[in-house]
Amino acid sequence: MAEQSKILKADEQFVDLDAEFRESNIREVLDKLDRELIGLKPVKARIHEIAALLLVDRVRKRLGLSAGAPSLHMCFTGNPGTGKTTVASRMSEILHRLDYVREGHLVSVTRDDLVGQYIGHTAPKTKEVIKRAMGGVLFIDEAYYLYKPENERDYGAESIEILLQTMENNRDDLVVILAGYKDRMDKFFQSNPGMRSRIAHHIDFPDYGVDELVAIAKLMLAAQNYRFSPDGEKAFIEYIRLRMAQEFFANARSVRNALDRARLRQANRLFTGGKKTLTNIDLMTIEAEDIRASRVFLEGKPDTATGPA
Amino acid sequence: MMTNPGNRLTQGQFSFLPPLTDKQISAQIKYALNNGWAIGVEYTDDPHPRDTYWEMYGNPMFDLKDPAGILMEINNCRKTFPNHYIRVTAFNSTRGFESPTMSYIVNRPEKEPGFGLIRRETAGRNIQYSIHSYATDKPEGERY
Repeated sequence: MAEQSKILKADEQFVDLDAEFRESNIREVLDKLDRELIGLKPVKARIHEIAALLLVDRVRKRLGLSAGAPSLHMCFTGNPGTGKTTVASRMSEILHRLDYVREGHLVSVTRDDLVGQYIGHTAPKTKEVIKRAMGGVLFIDEAYYLYKPENERDYGAESIEILLQTMENNRDDLVVILAGYKDRMDKFFQSNPGMRSRIAHHIDFPDYGVDELVAIAKLMLAAQNYRFSPDGEKAFIEYIRLRMAQEFFANARSVRNALDRARLRQANRLFTGGKKTLTNIDLMTIEAEDIRASRVFLEGKPDTATGPA
Repeated sequence: MMTNPGNRLTQGQFSFLPPLTDKQISAQIKYALNNGWAIGVEYTDDPHPRDTYWEMYGNPMFDLKDPAGILMEINNCRKTFPNHYIRVTAFNSTRGFESPTMSYIVNRPEKEPGFGLIRRETAGRNIQYSIHSYATDKPEGERY
């Protein structure tokens, strides 16, 4: 009977989730995420879930319903240029707003920063990086390079071991995010099952569609105070269609490179063109000819033949 | 008359206060980090006040944001040297300072025998004074 009345009393405590939500300023970050990141539906859905969980956890804690801090180590997989790094930096901000991490900074590292060159070099190096990331997010790009199965004397395994230990023991102090291409990360996890089981959130970043890439291009241009002319936009849509079918296509990164080259051509066009007095509209506008001069149209090859573009 | 009951070593900041808790140490570290000072953990078993240069435990720590990493190092050092003096120093690299700006003891031996005063008579019945730590009668590593 007494037990029941206690439960009833607990029921009587009203919690205003909306007020809590407003107070945390988390909406601002989530809106920014929705606005500035095109597409990425599954990623955004997962981030919203995590934000909701942390918010509810916070309210629960206030009512004395503690449930231990959830493990938030994550793994981002996806093709090049799908926004893994961008989302990681947003993640640190979101987790900071929700008081999950204390400082909210992002330490971005690759194999070179973690693995040493001789015996006894790896542990201090890895530990130093971990110490630097404490209170924030440790982002390990191309994480599969940490483990090289073909070389059994590779020091990467030592680094993984220390990382695993910290991920387990210092869960309150830092969040580890691994990122890499899907197939290679799968292989990495196969050889490091301990790593896989310690990561609660495996998030796959889908490739972008044509519409999404064009929207991204417009955002990128707007950020640099440029814009497409109507014809320019049509040309760019065509460009993206052709470019996607070619090799070394790296989603948003290819778009950025294409835009950088279009700016180059635009500047050249303005410089060599006969028009002596230019308006600010001229300086801002990317025309169709700036796009159509690309080798993607002329020869059906990416602009830079040597590497991914 | 005992001037310093318990013979507690009083060097650096906070040494007349009861030992700092981990939370208090974190808060002090946070203050140093906010000022952009690099933090080092040092240990010794020679408590003489002129023993300025203690051994460093690991490298000095630059570019940190959060005290948790340093507290981890302090606890590792305590585990390795439970009966040594351990102190935390914060180094200010600003031109003109370029020296430690904070220093406080975070670990001390269980029993501190304290110091003896040595008087040496020299020419003209002058007396030279020096102090001697009873602990240093024993060789390094066996003192506490």
